[in-house]
Amino acid sequence: MVEFNLPANSKVGKGKTVNSANGAARTKTFKVYRWNPDDGNNPVVDTFVIDLDRCGPMVLDAIIMIKNEIDPTLTFRRSCREGVCGSCAMNIDGTNTLACTKATEDVSGDVSIYPLPHLPVIKDLVGDMSMFYAQYASVTPWLQADSPPPEGQERLQSREDRAQIDGLWECILCACCSTSCPSYWWNGERYLGPAALLQAYRWIADSRDEATGERLDALEDPFRLYRCHTIMNCTKTCPKSLNPAKAIAEIKKKMLERR
Amino acid sequence: MSHRTPAGRVHGLGSAQHGVDHWWGQRLTALALVPLVIWFCISLVGLVGADHATFTKWLSTPGRAVTMLLLILATFYHMKLGLQVVIEDYVHSRGWNITLLVLNSFACVLLGTASAFAVIKVALGG
Repeated sequence: MVEFNLPANSKVGKGKTVNSANGAARTKTFKVYRWNPDDGNNPVVDTFVIDLDRCGPMVLDAIIMIKNEIDPTLTFRRSCREGVCGSCAMNIDGTNTLACTKATEDVSGDVSIYPLPHLPVIKDLVGDMSMFYAQYASVTPWLQADSPPPEGQERLQSREDRAQIDGLWECILCACCSTSCPSYWWNGERYLGPAALLQAYRWIADSRDEATGERLDALEDPFRLYRCHTIMNCTKTCPKSLNPAKAIAEIKKKMLERR
Repeated sequence: MSHRTPAGRVHGLGSAQHGVDHWWGQRLTALALVPLVIWFCISLVGLVGADHATFTKWLSTPGRAVTMLLLILATFYHMKLGLQVVIEDYVHSRGWNITLLVLNSFACVLLGTASAFAVIKVALGG
């Protein structure tokens, strides 16, 4: 059933406040979700005030500064710091996005930072992505062809065919879209979610792939595909400006075409 | 606490191998309902203040009776498909889920049949 209230052990309390700005001219307040599986306490929101003149421009810079200088127990994922790896996806100022490409100055007022919605929290800003990855794996995201590749060369693709996967291959699997989707929140066990479906379409649209029928067979299901009700949160939130909703619509069109 | 693997949970019972007809049916009936509902509203406005005899006479022409039957068919089929999705989305307890899905089917067929019967009865001068 849909949950309108957080479970008792998930109710968020008020945490500590640390002002590290020391009277600096330009400061920003960060409100960060904290939860530690080891202490048995409910989650809290800690408040950190930071000197912006000593901090890089992105929200990730601020989080790293908090970890380095204020609270080394703050836990989050990050790697490339340039919007390519997808590790630092989190909910910033109410929107799922990448901390490394979100400029602090683009947030008016305090910067609230939570883990991606509706994932089981492992610690602080780290969510459990196991189901998300299993869903990605279930769409068999690799080239499948019975024909062997041409002797001594790669499988060729015309420029027009190659253009068909533009707007799809750029997906970095950060999970911002899937975790912003209410349909995925309510039926995340059975609905594949926008990220996995965009990836599924990436292979359906690939002219070199010969398993389109099998791919559509696997998706032809009231839950796996058709839980998409074109809410469009996925497209709105995608930090790479991709359009998962359109990819899902294209899959539905293919389903109709082969009926 | 379940020890099923994420892959096992995702594969679940496999693909149901249907869904496109439900999706397409909902869109087709939505499309059909646009002109039908506009016609229905305009007709109702034109009949404001009319008595029972005027209304039954109005409805008993073949064109209007058939259009009204199409409106009823499209409405209740669309309603059945739509409510089914709402129940599947939000009601996860197995017992409630199946109960409401059955009630939804029965209610839509019952209401649709009763409405159609009323139109036919009036149209045929009953």
